[in-house]
Amino acid sequence: MGRPHGLKNEIPKAMDLLTDVFSKYDLVFAFLFVGLLMSASILLSRILFRGRIPGAAIAITLGLVMAWFGGRKGVADFPVMAGLSLLGGAMLRDFSIVSTAMGASLSEIRKSGPAGITSLFLGIITAFGIGSAIAVAMGHADPRSIATIGAGACTFIVGPVTGAALGAPSDIIALSIAIGVIKTVVVTILTPLVADRIGLDNPHTAMVYGGLIGTTSGVAAGLAATDARLVPYGALTATFYTGTACLLCPSLLYYLLTVVLPR
Amino acid sequence: MKIYGVAFLSACFLAGQLLGELLGRLFHFQGNIGGVGFGMLLLIVWGDRAKRKGWIGEESESGIHFWNAMYIPVVVAMAATQNVKAAVAGGWLAVVVGVGGTLACFLLIPLMARLGRHGSASRSQE
Repeated sequence: MGRPHGLKNEIPKAMDLLTDVFSKYDLVFAFLFVGLLMSASILLSRILFRGRIPGAAIAITLGLVMAWFGGRKGVADFPVMAGLSLLGGAMLRDFSIVSTAMGASLSEIRKSGPAGITSLFLGIITAFGIGSAIAVAMGHADPRSIATIGAGACTFIVGPVTGAALGAPSDIIALSIAIGVIKTVVVTILTPLVADRIGLDNPHTAMVYGGLIGTTSGVAAGLAATDARLVPYGALTATFYTGTACLLCPSLLYYLLTVVLPR
Repeated sequence: MKIYGVAFLSACFLAGQLLGELLGRLFHFQGNIGGVGFGMLLLIVWGDRAKRKGWIGEESESGIHFWNAMYIPVVVAMAATQNVKAAVAGGWLAVVVGVGGTLACFLLIPLMARLGRHGSASRSQE
């Protein structure tokens, strides 16, 4: 570490040193990296899109594109980028989501609570129903596989939890995770684009949106790209979605599925 | 002090997670049911009370606002660490279910938003 080894004419060595330092202090490098990515995205938003697509939306989309070059943990599979999985991991994600609640209006939440809870159940039943129906239409006959695919249409956690509970084959479980991740990506990209059309510009609709869509990562990213003030309302209902769906899918909804399926 | 705000936020977060874990065990489910949601509710209710009673000043609150402002960067980092390759490799069924299921739920948003806003407690009949 101590003294630099002839940086002048040994570029490879300099690169080594750079990656050594960056991967040693990976979280700090993640701060720098995300900061640069954000500023580049805001610049792109201003110059290329004249502010019509928010900088946050561009940054999130660029993040997804970069993740494609990585592996299971996205770009964090590269040692230099490992800090991103800490910065963007479940702990700091949930911590910063909770912090957005400071200053959120309790009366607004009380008023929209019933609609939010109804949306939660409707969202789970719709995702499970549509997912199962498509699975049947595309030739699946085993109810355990169909239910796992339907659960994958809820979130990428509900799919494997349901599949494990029902004893579905592992390739179906992997498929259900893929479905859940695709949902997250679609929600992230689609939300800011359709926000105007679906009236997503107030706390009430944000709570309904969070309940119906449910994927915390997608809702979090989608609202961040649309209007950061709506984040606490959407996130509040969305955070109950995965837990509720994990309860409903392998039990009640699976039972209903076996009743509905033709023998 | 800013750390008071951060500590207060942490207390709400942890209390919420405890509640979520407790609920999860109650239902014999490996994991957490709504821990983040409970944490948010606690922060709204306790935060409001603490501010009114003067327990949290502006300086302390700025510790919470820092994390609030870190939310978008955290989400960007999260996006960059998703398993996008697996999502793409899932094949047609994954794409059709992922997109189809999501679109169906999006279509319901304006409908549900309208139902609730008229104040009519709409009872869902299953």
